[in-house]
Amino acid sequence: MKTVKGRTFVYGHNLDTDQIYPGRYLELTDAVDVGKHAMEGADPDFIRKFKAGDIIAAGRNFGCGSSREQAVFTLKANQVGAILAESFARIFYRNAINLGLPVLICPDVSQKVTNGDTVTIDLATGMVVNESTGQTLQAELLSEYVIKIIESGGIAPLIKKEYANEGSNL
Amino acid sequence: MHAIEKILAQAAGRASVSAGEIVQCRVDLAEVNDLYLQTIRSFYDMGGKRVCHPDRITFILDHYAPAATIQQAENQKQMRQFCREQGIELLFDIGSGVCHQVMVDEGLVYPGMVLVATDSHTTTHGAFGAFGTGVGATDLAVIMRTGQLWFRVPEVIRIELNGTIPRGVYAKDIILFIIGALGADYAIYKVVEFCGPVLKSLSVSERMALCNMTTEMGAKASYIQPDETTLDFMQQKVNSHYQVFNSDPDYHPVVNLSYDVSGIMPQLSAPHSVDNVAPISRFEGLSLDQAYLGSCTGGRTEDIGIAARILKGKKVHSRTRFVVVPASKNVYLESLERGYIDTLVKAGATIVTPGCAACLGTHAGILASGEVCISSTNRNFPGRMGHAGAEIYLGSPAAVAASALAGKIVNPAPYLDTN
Repeated sequence: MKTVKGRTFVYGHNLDTDQIYPGRYLELTDAVDVGKHAMEGADPDFIRKFKAGDIIAAGRNFGCGSSREQAVFTLKANQVGAILAESFARIFYRNAINLGLPVLICPDVSQKVTNGDTVTIDLATGMVVNESTGQTLQAELLSEYVIKIIESGGIAPLIKKEYANEGSNL
Repeated sequence: MHAIEKILAQAAGRASVSAGEIVQCRVDLAEVNDLYLQTIRSFYDMGGKRVCHPDRITFILDHYAPAATIQQAENQKQMRQFCREQGIELLFDIGSGVCHQVMVDEGLVYPGMVLVATDSHTTTHGAFGAFGTGVGATDLAVIMRTGQLWFRVPEVIRIELNGTIPRGVYAKDIILFIIGALGADYAIYKVVEFCGPVLKSLSVSERMALCNMTTEMGAKASYIQPDETTLDFMQQKVNSHYQVFNSDPDYHPVVNLSYDVSGIMPQLSAPHSVDNVAPISRFEGLSLDQAYLGSCTGGRTEDIGIAARILKGKKVHSRTRFVVVPASKNVYLESLERGYIDTLVKAGATIVTPGCAACLGTHAGILASGEVCISSTNRNFPGRMGHAGAEIYLGSPAAVAASALAGKIVNPAPYLDTN
C-alpha cells in the first residue's frame, strides 16, 4: 500500500452529496463534465483551487444523503488523493472504495488539520502526519477486503479478474 | 441472532453470522434507477456479457419521468436498450412512479428478502421485514455480474414506541422527532429496528414513512417484525414464497431506546439539515412560496387523502404554489378513484407525473433563490430542491397541505378538526 501526500481542503460535519455534486448535474456521464462540478454546493471555488493529489479532510458523516456515485466520480475526476473524515456515510464509503479512492476514518481530523496544511497518509498503517504542525494522527485500519479492492484499482478490475474464467451466468 | 442476521446468514449460505463480519450474500432483487447509466458501464468494465439472473434485476425510470433534457432521454434510451438485450423484463418506464413504491405495488417486496437498489431510501423496505439497503452504481453492477454482493453484518439499534399518537401527528413527525434527538449520523452502518405498541396502530404507508427516513440517521437498513398488518398486505400483493425470520429472545441490540409518542407535537426539520428539528409552532406564520407533497417518503394514497381532506372545497393560498406528485401510478389511480385528485386540482394544486420530480432538484417544481418551501420529502440540504439559497422545511403531508391552504407554516391539527 502506498503513501499519499498532499495539501488539505478542510470541511465540517454532515457534508452531503447534494453539496458535493448537485442533483441537477446527475444526467452528465462523461468524467470531464462530471469533474467540472465537484463540491459546487459547498465550495464554488474548489475546482479552481484544487490540484491533483490534494486531500480532503472533514468532520462526521462525510458524504451523507443520496447514493449518487457521481459524488465520488467527480472527486476522482479531480484526482483527489484521499479523504480523511471522522466518519463517512456508508454508501459514500462503499462507492469510494469501489472506485479505488482511499477513504480513512480519522478521529478528530477536522480539529487537528487546518485548511492548507500538508499531510502524509500511510494507507497500510493508517498513520497520518500533519507535516505543517508535526502532529501525528492515527486513522482506523482499512479492512483486508477493502485493501484488496483499493490495490486492484477498484472493484471493477477486481471482479473482472476474479470472474474472468467463470463465465457470466454464475 | 437478530432477524436481520438470519436473513443475511441465509443469503450467504451460512448457519450463522455476527455483527462486524464481512459476508457475500445472494441478492434477491436489485433495482437500478435512471440516474445510474454508470451501472451498465461498470457491468461491461467488469467483463460482463450476460446479466446474472435477469429475473432478479429491475430497472425503474423514476428520477427523470418524463425526460426533461436530451441527455436524460439518451440515458433512458440506453437503459431500455440494455433491458431488451439482456432479457430484463422488470422494466418500469416513466409514469410508473418512485422505485420504492413501484416495487411494493408490484408485489416484488416481501419479508426475509435481500433487496438492494441504487437509491439511498431502500431502507424503506424494513417496513416489510426485508433487508433493504442502498448502494451506488458500481456495487449494483457487481450484482448484475455475479448475483451477489458483500456486506458488513450490521449492529442493531432497537427503538420502542409507546403511548398514543396525538391528533395531527403522523409517522413523519415521530421520525423527525427521533432524528432531531439523535442526529443525522447516529445510526451510520447500523440497522434501526422499530418495535412497541404504537406499531399496531401504524398502517403500511406510515410504516414505510418511518423506515424510509432512517436513511437520514445514516442507517444501513431498518426493520419492523412482520405482524398481522404486514401479512395481510402481503396476501394482497405477493405471490412468491417467503420466510418470516424472528430475532432470538436472547439477542441484545447495541442500543435500546424508547419514546413515548403521546407528547409529540407536529414537527418540522428546518434548513439546512434533516436533524435540525423543532415543533412546528416555532415556525408558525412563516410565508411560503411552495408546498410540495410527494416522494417515497410522503406521496402515498393516504398522504394525498389527508391533503384532500384538508383542502376539500377550499383554495390554496394565492402566494403559494402547491405541487403534488403521486408516488406511483397505483397511488395516482387510487387517488383519482377516491376523488382526491379532483379535490386537489379544484383547490389549485399542480399535479405532476408520478416519480421523484423536485424532491432531488432535477425538474418539476424547482425552487428559486430565497424561496421558502414546506415539503413532505426527506432532505433539506442546501440546493436539494433547486437554488442553494432556497429554504426547505420538512414536515408531514398534513402540515404541507394545511400550510398550502394558509400560505404560511401552520400546525395542521385544527385544519383536520374543521373538515
